[in-house]
Amino acid sequence: MKNKIDLDNLRKENLESLPDMERRSFLKMGLLVTGVFAGGSMLSVISNIDKVFASKAEMKEKYPYKPHYSMVIRQDRCIDCERCIEACSKTNNVAEYGYRTNILEKVTPDAIGQKREFIAVLCNQCNNAPCVRACPTKATYKDQTNGIVMMAQEKCIGCKVCVLACPYNARYFNEEKHAIDKCNFCYDSRLSKGYERTACSEACPAGVRVFGDLSNPDSDVYKLVHQIQRPVWVLREESGAKPNVFYTKG
Amino acid sequence: MANGYKTLRASTVVTGVAKSLDASFFAEWASVVRDLLSGSKSFYLMILLGAAIVYFAAMGGLDAMRMGYRHAYAVTREIPWGILISTYIFFVVTSTGLCIVSSIGHVFGVKNFMPIASRAVFLSIVTIMAGFTVIFFEIENPFRMAIYNLISPNLTSNIWWMGTLYGAYMVFMIVEFVMLLLKQHRFAMYAGLLGLVSGIVAHSNLGAIFAMLHGREYWYGPYLPVYFIASAIMSGCATIILFTWVAYKASNREMEEPMKKSMEAIGKLCTMMIAVLMFFTSWKLITGSVAGGGKVEAIRAMMAGPYAMNFWVFEVGMGMVIPFGLFLMSKWKDMKMMAVATFMMMVAIFIMRYDLVLIGQIVPSWHELGVSDYPQLLSYTPSLHEFAVVLGGMGMVAISFMLGEKVFKGHKSEDH
Repeated sequence: MKNKIDLDNLRKENLESLPDMERRSFLKMGLLVTGVFAGGSMLSVISNIDKVFASKAEMKEKYPYKPHYSMVIRQDRCIDCERCIEACSKTNNVAEYGYRTNILEKVTPDAIGQKREFIAVLCNQCNNAPCVRACPTKATYKDQTNGIVMMAQEKCIGCKVCVLACPYNARYFNEEKHAIDKCNFCYDSRLSKGYERTACSEACPAGVRVFGDLSNPDSDVYKLVHQIQRPVWVLREESGAKPNVFYTKG
Repeated sequence: MANGYKTLRASTVVTGVAKSLDASFFAEWASVVRDLLSGSKSFYLMILLGAAIVYFAAMGGLDAMRMGYRHAYAVTREIPWGILISTYIFFVVTSTGLCIVSSIGHVFGVKNFMPIASRAVFLSIVTIMAGFTVIFFEIENPFRMAIYNLISPNLTSNIWWMGTLYGAYMVFMIVEFVMLLLKQHRFAMYAGLLGLVSGIVAHSNLGAIFAMLHGREYWYGPYLPVYFIASAIMSGCATIILFTWVAYKASNREMEEPMKKSMEAIGKLCTMMIAVLMFFTSWKLITGSVAGGGKVEAIRAMMAGPYAMNFWVFEVGMGMVIPFGLFLMSKWKDMKMMAVATFMMMVAIFIMRYDLVLIGQIVPSWHELGVSDYPQLLSYTPSLHEFAVVLGGMGMVAISFMLGEKVFKGHKSEDH
């Protein structure tokens, strides 16, 4: 019969005949599943890293900034003294009605022990910056060398679409400058003059704001981001902006 | 009629235009001046009133410029777009809608839509100009826009596309109107087609400005660019019905039979578009009610929060349900009833734009983080300066409409 199964010549379905790749992916899946049950937190840390690591191969290829300026906020160290805001305002001529960096306060009344957290926020110098896409005149742009989201003030028409586009409320219109004002990691006021850190990072008495080059494995920011002992996260990850400001505790 | 032209060449346009510029043409235009001087007392009174509004609005706008918009307008860092943006949208939605409705007759040859073409094209030019005027007083550096839009374009920016295409759109519409006056209907048709295409693309880009802000849940998604086109058609129908009724009423003229037929056809299209908008609005609410945190918050503000009255009374009641009923009752023949319906719609559409712009901003961007620095919902109330500019835009449209009726003799020249 034509449809009869040829039992003698049928390939064995044991391990020897299983392709290598298939075996490997099966093992991986097993590890993953075990991971979920053995310690959900471990998995979540690993997946977090996937999301926030700015130096995965594809990220490096797509956003090849050198130096790749970045900041890690050690959130639980912040005591809301606001010296960073003060230093920032002085260094960058920030208007008294605006700010480039801010400290948010989060209260968790049901928490045991500490109930109050302070979260430092600033421009996240996003790799996929929504403001840069939205600006009609390229008045705000990604610096191709260092990845900082810059302002070409003279081109700003003041439509404020970037203020709305920004997921981090990092922009405001500065009357005196006749343009949008925002954090540029103190590029014009400090980095371009040879200083190594931003004004806020230097002013912080608690070492909350670690500033550095994410493309340099010897830098503190690189080390803080590339580890799995402590959680590392970014804010508003769902917006897809791929920010360069990371958060951690400890 | 200039039907003999096979291809559209510059030389044919020139000869066509030259042909129209004969003695009778100038005689006709000389009579315009006479007409302008022969208006009734109430006509001049209305013009005077409109002029006064525009004058005070201009003073208000200039005063705001002098003070700085940060002091004059109620917009903030968290709510940077207020009533001026929504008024701009209101005007350009109306303009695009009028262009679409006029094109049904003029570009696509549907007879019942022809009698309104001239008035619709004229009003579409007037409303886009009013929109540009309002946005001139909204943007902080409007003069830079003219320069850098040209020499530093960002092709990924919806605002760039919208601004550029609306600029082109206005030129096409003006050319179309001039060609209509010169009775060069074939050229008018081409200009109308170009105006239609650029207007629609510009308008959906206006929707996309909001729809592509990926940090703003309430706006984000493909909904708005499509919705904007649908609601433009509805606005266009409502506007032309209302203004045609006012034009006939004010000049004590009996509506001609073709115009009555035209009103009936446009009334029916308007009714259908209301139904379409009902679907859009219903599904926005229903899908939004199961969305992420920020969007649910915004939808709640609209249904049962600070924007509930705007939504239920104006958007739903005056914008959709009541006019829908009035249209059905009028059987699209009772002009007075249709006028009432469309007047209500115009008011409601203005509020619709306002809600669309504001509700997208009232949920603070740190909502999900649960920080205590911001209230649950941010609030915004327009300032006097903002109201002044809004009124100025409306005054501009009113004056231009009245003068247009006189100068273009009630847009009667649709004898094709």
